[in-house]
Amino acid sequence: MGLTSASVGIKAVDLGLKIKKQNENDAVVAIAGNPNVGKSTLFNNLTGMNQHTGNWPGKTVANAQGYCKTSEHSYVLVDIPGTYSLMAHSAEEEVARNFICFGKPDATVVVCDATCLERNLNLVYQTIEISEKTLVCVNLLDEAKRKKISVDLKMLSDKLGVPVVGTTARRKRTLNDLLRELDSLIDGRTASIPKTVVYDSVVEDAISIAEPAISKAAGNSISARWLSLKLLDKDPSLIQEINNSLGFDIMSDPDVCEALKKASDYLTENGYYRSVLKDSIVASIVRTAEHTAKQTVKQADSGYNSMDRRIDRILTSRIFGYPVMLLMLALVFWITITGANYPSQLLSDLLFTGQQLLSDLFIKAGAPDWLHGALVLGVYRVLAWVVSVMLPPMAIFFPLFTLLEDVGYLPRVAYNLDKPFKKCKACGKQALSMCMGFGCNAAGVVGCRIIDSPRERLIAILTNNFVPCNGRFPAMITMISIFFVGSAGMLDSAVSALGLTIVILLGIAMTFIMSRLLSSTLLKGVPSSFTLELPPYRRPQIGKVIVRSVLDRTLFVLGRAAAVAAPAGLVIWLMANVTVADVSLLNHCAEFLDPFAKLIGMDGVILMAFILGFPANEIVVPIIIMAYMAQGSIIELDSIAQMRQLFTEHGWTWITAANVILFSLFHWPCSTTVLTIHKETGSLKWTAVSILLPTVTGVAVCFLFTQIARLLI
Amino acid sequence: MNGNLSLNDIKPGEKGTVKSLLSDGSIRRRLLDIGLIEGTQVECIGRSPSGDPSAFLIRGAVIAIRCEDCRNILITA
Repeated sequence: MGLTSASVGIKAVDLGLKIKKQNENDAVVAIAGNPNVGKSTLFNNLTGMNQHTGNWPGKTVANAQGYCKTSEHSYVLVDIPGTYSLMAHSAEEEVARNFICFGKPDATVVVCDATCLERNLNLVYQTIEISEKTLVCVNLLDEAKRKKISVDLKMLSDKLGVPVVGTTARRKRTLNDLLRELDSLIDGRTASIPKTVVYDSVVEDAISIAEPAISKAAGNSISARWLSLKLLDKDPSLIQEINNSLGFDIMSDPDVCEALKKASDYLTENGYYRSVLKDSIVASIVRTAEHTAKQTVKQADSGYNSMDRRIDRILTSRIFGYPVMLLMLALVFWITITGANYPSQLLSDLLFTGQQLLSDLFIKAGAPDWLHGALVLGVYRVLAWVVSVMLPPMAIFFPLFTLLEDVGYLPRVAYNLDKPFKKCKACGKQALSMCMGFGCNAAGVVGCRIIDSPRERLIAILTNNFVPCNGRFPAMITMISIFFVGSAGMLDSAVSALGLTIVILLGIAMTFIMSRLLSSTLLKGVPSSFTLELPPYRRPQIGKVIVRSVLDRTLFVLGRAAAVAAPAGLVIWLMANVTVADVSLLNHCAEFLDPFAKLIGMDGVILMAFILGFPANEIVVPIIIMAYMAQGSIIELDSIAQMRQLFTEHGWTWITAANVILFSLFHWPCSTTVLTIHKETGSLKWTAVSILLPTVTGVAVCFLFTQIARLLI
Repeated sequence: MNGNLSLNDIKPGEKGTVKSLLSDGSIRRRLLDIGLIEGTQVECIGRSPSGDPSAFLIRGAVIAIRCEDCRNILITA
């Protein structure tokens, strides 16, 4: 018995999308297409929005909408997750199918990859069966040209019966053609009479038996031909959606039932049992696509060129595959750490000079001590810490990571890691959501939608937190450089990078262990099947990547951290300065947590910082520092040596630092991630598991580490 | 020995033509969607470092498929 969606508790991902028109006449246009055809880039360039793009299948996982205006119309564009087909397999494909089929867009634009048109036509043919107003956009013409592939757009349009435009989404000028065609399609100036796939004669006969009754019952809202085909196909989830869309159960209509029965009988009489029918439908579409592509595409060689072949031979080779992955990981961290050192120092000098100025200002203005304390020593100082510690590594890590995405390396990681994941009875695509987790665990959890099997998807969601996100790197880097490396020279940052890589590998190892554990306990099952596209390598748009990742991701994440850090700074200052029975609240809390924290090699303050860091992991170390400074004697803190002194004064040893790193790696997910997990699984139970699993792991690991380390010393 | 070859039997660099699919359920759909119907030419491109999955060139796209799924894709060399 396989696990069904219901039994693992993942509800179907709902559309979750309310189309927000800016005014009533806005036309709604769905932007559909295969994964990884430059859909999001096109969407961004049309709307001026910044939907994140990347060169791997499944990048867009949720519908996004944006606006765009021409001289004649204003549009609401809806970016739909990439899908190969409208016969849904995975949650995200279901989202795509439901919107194109039942979202009733005024028009649908199907974006195709010119270098791989044949496969893309599969989706085009399925779309024109449903949506009469379809515009086909043959994208990536520049890539095609480079690969000596040419597409006869005029002939393609004749073959399909719908308008076709060629674009290079990165070039804005070509998009004007697209908009012009869209205008004329919406206005009805372009004739659009889709030439849909003609099926085997038996299937066509069956459709003609069923169609009249269905057409009568369903009216004009959905294509009766398509509806007949789908009702004969008997896919229960689709029939449910059809009924929802129609507003009544179409099978309750006696004429429809009779016609369908007659058509079904006809099919079985001719040997078209359900599976044969399915195969025959798909085969007809694939053959038609093949035929059309043959007539319209001229290409010198196959789409997979010799350059890609050579790169793949190295990146996925038996000898170099894994070492290259490790090296890449370490290199990214090394660049991040080395590059962040100097600006971090600079920022911290700058911001603490700012603090001095602010303090002077407060004193000059005669502000009361508590106000100065709360705002400057509380809010400002924690904010300054978060900014100076967080910003530089993030501003370096995000672009580097985005470059790897843009080039197309990530699918190769999934390809390389599929076997280990399969051994843990999970899916290789989990490698992709895991990689996304390095950026942000909440994004990684949403990214798990690319995994087909609900069981494997849930495993990926529950274990995503075992790789540290960007908000946790800086704390780890700080700990490593203070306690394990020393100062900040070139060689030292290489050692730091190595240290961080080992920590990350520990996280990845734990991901495997926990996936295996879940597979044999809570989420029993066997690995399901797996297909993964390895897209062609693309030249990254370096300038754009840097701008986008700094502006969109870095500032967004930093903004979120700062929004949490400011009130946290206030709370921690108040706790350090409000006293009950001559002891500060902070000390009360820390003392309360202390006995337990000691067991796992930390102290009460550290544990409290982790608890207060629930809204954003970035603020954990700043809180620890704040708390110690409120208790202790050091006021200024501008070098690693002083930080080391502050920590050692409070009884830290390398064991403490190691435990902070370990606990940072393994503890509850941040609040955003928890909320996301709840939304994605629709289940309180699994949300609780996702919190408990890493927390119990962290406590156990720290406890064991502490006890063993103490024994050895 | 042209009787029961599957995709597992072609080595990197070799080609085959799909004869039939034995798999069923959602993976069958998936394989058909990527164009693996009877008569489709497939070339093995390479294997992942641990030997599984393998990558195949199918209708201009490179797709990785696990060996237990390849077993159910019958081909003629």
